[in-house]
Amino acid sequence: MTKIVNLSRREVVAGGIAAAGLVLGVYVGFREFPAKAANAAAATFEPNVYLMIDETGLVTIVAHRSEMGTGIKTGLPMVLADELEADWSRVKVVQAQGDPKYGDQNTDGSRSTRQFYQPMREAGASARQMLEAAAAHTWNVNANDCRARNHTVVHLPTGRQMSFGDAAKVAATMEIAPSDHMELYFKPASEWRYVGKPRAIVDLDDIIRGKATYGIDVVLPGMKYASIERCPVYGGKAVSFDATQALKVPGVEQVVEVRATPIPSGFDQLGGIAVIADNTWAAEQGRQKLKITWDFGPNANDDTTAYRTQLEATAKQPGRVARNQGDVDGALAGAARRVTADYFVPYYAHASMEVPAAVANFADGKCEIWAPTQFPQGARTTAAQVLGLPEENVTLNVTLLGGAFGRKAKSDFVAEAALLSQRLGAPVKVTWTREDDIQHDYYHAICAQHLEAGLDASGKATAWLHRTVFPAIESTFQPDVTYGSSGELQQGVTDMPYAIANVRCENGPAPGRVRIGWYRSVYNIPHAFAVCSFADEMAHAAAQDPVAYLRQLLGEPRKLDFAAMHVDYPNYGASLAMYPVDTGRLRGVLDLVVRNSDWGKPLPPRQGRGVAVHRSFLTYAAAVVHVEVGNDGQITIPRVDVALDCGLVVNPDRVIAQFEGAAIMGIGNALYSNITIKQGRIEQSNFGDYLVARTDIAPETHVHIVESSAPPGGVGEPGVPPIAPALCNAIFAATGKRIRALPIDPTQLKIA
Amino acid sequence: MPQIKINGVSRNVDADPQMPLLWAIRDILGMTGTKFGCGIGACGACTVHLDGEAVRSCITPISQAVGHEIVTIEGLSTDGTHPVQNAWRAHNVPQCGYCQPGQMMQAAALLKQTPKPTDQQITDAMSGNICRCGTYVRIRAAIKAAAEAM
Repeated sequence: MTKIVNLSRREVVAGGIAAAGLVLGVYVGFREFPAKAANAAAATFEPNVYLMIDETGLVTIVAHRSEMGTGIKTGLPMVLADELEADWSRVKVVQAQGDPKYGDQNTDGSRSTRQFYQPMREAGASARQMLEAAAAHTWNVNANDCRARNHTVVHLPTGRQMSFGDAAKVAATMEIAPSDHMELYFKPASEWRYVGKPRAIVDLDDIIRGKATYGIDVVLPGMKYASIERCPVYGGKAVSFDATQALKVPGVEQVVEVRATPIPSGFDQLGGIAVIADNTWAAEQGRQKLKITWDFGPNANDDTTAYRTQLEATAKQPGRVARNQGDVDGALAGAARRVTADYFVPYYAHASMEVPAAVANFADGKCEIWAPTQFPQGARTTAAQVLGLPEENVTLNVTLLGGAFGRKAKSDFVAEAALLSQRLGAPVKVTWTREDDIQHDYYHAICAQHLEAGLDASGKATAWLHRTVFPAIESTFQPDVTYGSSGELQQGVTDMPYAIANVRCENGPAPGRVRIGWYRSVYNIPHAFAVCSFADEMAHAAAQDPVAYLRQLLGEPRKLDFAAMHVDYPNYGASLAMYPVDTGRLRGVLDLVVRNSDWGKPLPPRQGRGVAVHRSFLTYAAAVVHVEVGNDGQITIPRVDVALDCGLVVNPDRVIAQFEGAAIMGIGNALYSNITIKQGRIEQSNFGDYLVARTDIAPETHVHIVESSAPPGGVGEPGVPPIAPALCNAIFAATGKRIRALPIDPTQLKIA
Repeated sequence: MPQIKINGVSRNVDADPQMPLLWAIRDILGMTGTKFGCGIGACGACTVHLDGEAVRSCITPISQAVGHEIVTIEGLSTDGTHPVQNAWRAHNVPQCGYCQPGQMMQAAALLKQTPKPTDQQITDAMSGNICRCGTYVRIRAAIKAAAEAM
């Protein structure tokens, strides 16, 4: 449960700001992980979310999750401020440092709102009730007659008023710990001021004036600038180096080695040769003059073409069974018609606009770090480990993140800055080049899949076989991992929602050759691409409209019973009771997008619409993409419609923005992005050859939100998975050509 | 020592004249609103104005800036109310926000040259600026709104 205490009399520093006035600490328990909450409760009580109200009435809310563009630094404070009855113009949001006292800060998996909506409400309600109690105490009236209204406590019978600042002054002296002594009451939804209404992000003005501080922008007095040459092959290391020429570059001060981490290197630094200079450019110039002899290590012959062939061959073979119902082989053998298809999705790089960058200042056995990290505590732990320091000697300041998409949950770049600062005894900023970023990423997993379906004479599906083969994320952290985890297979494989009697899902082995990491929506990308494309293929095989066929596949609204299926389904860490896999909600978003997208309306030749529907991160999303394919094979996308059901919406404008952006990223994944490897080296290097979506492909985008009071689901990621299959299904509708491998090759779509 | 005029102020830049303007602005002059994105003029994050024209500061050496007026996002307006900035605010364009200074500088240069741009002119002017968050639809809407307001 959530516990809240009055910390006003303790010395409290939150987000680097000392507070006077009312300070509330909130212990956030995770309802979805009862075991964890029980353990935490047994440990020393450490409040993890701070709320401060000073004597002027200024409300300071500590944002403990990282802001990478989702708007979470605004969204969670909105929830708290709403319950508090705070005037938003008198709310200040400060970013928390990385510290276990804040509980889970690992901002990934689209779970910030899901996990912290209720605790933030409780914190706001507790503070409001404390202010009401303080005013009642001062006036010697019944607290039940006192109500907070827009930054003021009002005594309802008399209309007497007390400002939040004055009430906070009194509340700070009161001993009550609200959750122990009060029954919390919450505002009815009809009285919400902020939740469910669009609100600008708290950093908007700074961003627009160029004043926002990202990791790459941090400057310390006396700071050195580092650029690191890393082995072009994952797992290699420097044997020797000659820095003579590098040291002649004006501005270059030193060249030092960053020790290599044995593979799999996990969150730790790759290692390399660092050029230290008095500005970034000099460091990069010096780096180009380094002469390094590498031992390229065991991956020196890695080759994507050969690796893909290996994955595709594995997908043709029976794999480890992750879900099995009925008799798939019998049903396939007896099917009136069989549909078979193989799909391929390449490696992707995150390519966030802000490259990995971090500043570290090691002095007197302590290290202070500034980093654009999604995983503040993880970065702190990594830094402490590589430095050989106890964690309490590492301070981790979280800056704004210039995009992240999963990349900045990994702390290798933080480790580099920490190690270099320790070595030099001076503050150091490590800035990656774009080439570093593209060539030393934690790549989205390459994936080969094989699907088979059996249809009866009416076209109804009777059998479903899905095999997926991909390097697992765990291969980045543990040796010899070749199979995907249940957490990876849940992403569009074991949760296949169609009502088909005979189903088997299998996973074949694939060794890791590069660092594999999570990339916005993760394994849902390849799996939704295959599953939603294959549903379209089945519809065409059955000579039915794809939407009508999808509705039939989804069947009657039902909740998938994973226990009955003997499937280990982690459900993104959430309870299935609270967040079931509900085919009725899939149907709901499908119907909503169809209603709003002109589905079925005739189009000129070489134009078409495609549809896809997919649940990920507890949210349901459907897309209809309208494409036009030129005679030269060039694709334009006049329009995308997306419908989503993420349960309760906190900031609708940011939800819409996330799905607009996800559509762009999905289009980039489908049309352009592709990482390939030859002789162990990444073949792409920058935006000239690692292509991402630009404004010329950006479609008119309409986002349709299902109104819901269901518990909040994810928002950052679920918009990505349906886009690529809907796009490829549209291309099929426009041209009759089925795209089964990404990125799309437009030459296949030319009219000969 | 090279001297450049930036946001109306002449500044001495103690650096190699071949250093890209981007790094002079960021590391030498300490103005961090102009962002590094690629270093090869392929993403637009570093866009500044040189005599009113949008240029990629990551591939513009200091030597080419000497004798010209440089404007960065910090100098686009004194109070953050250039019509492009107002439109960006009104449309809630930024997500992570990192590329947006470059986007706004590019858009402001476009509107100066082409006060009422067509869709195609917007595409042509803005295709060099990458936004990985995918804010393009709002950028386009904001440019049109700014054009109306100017």
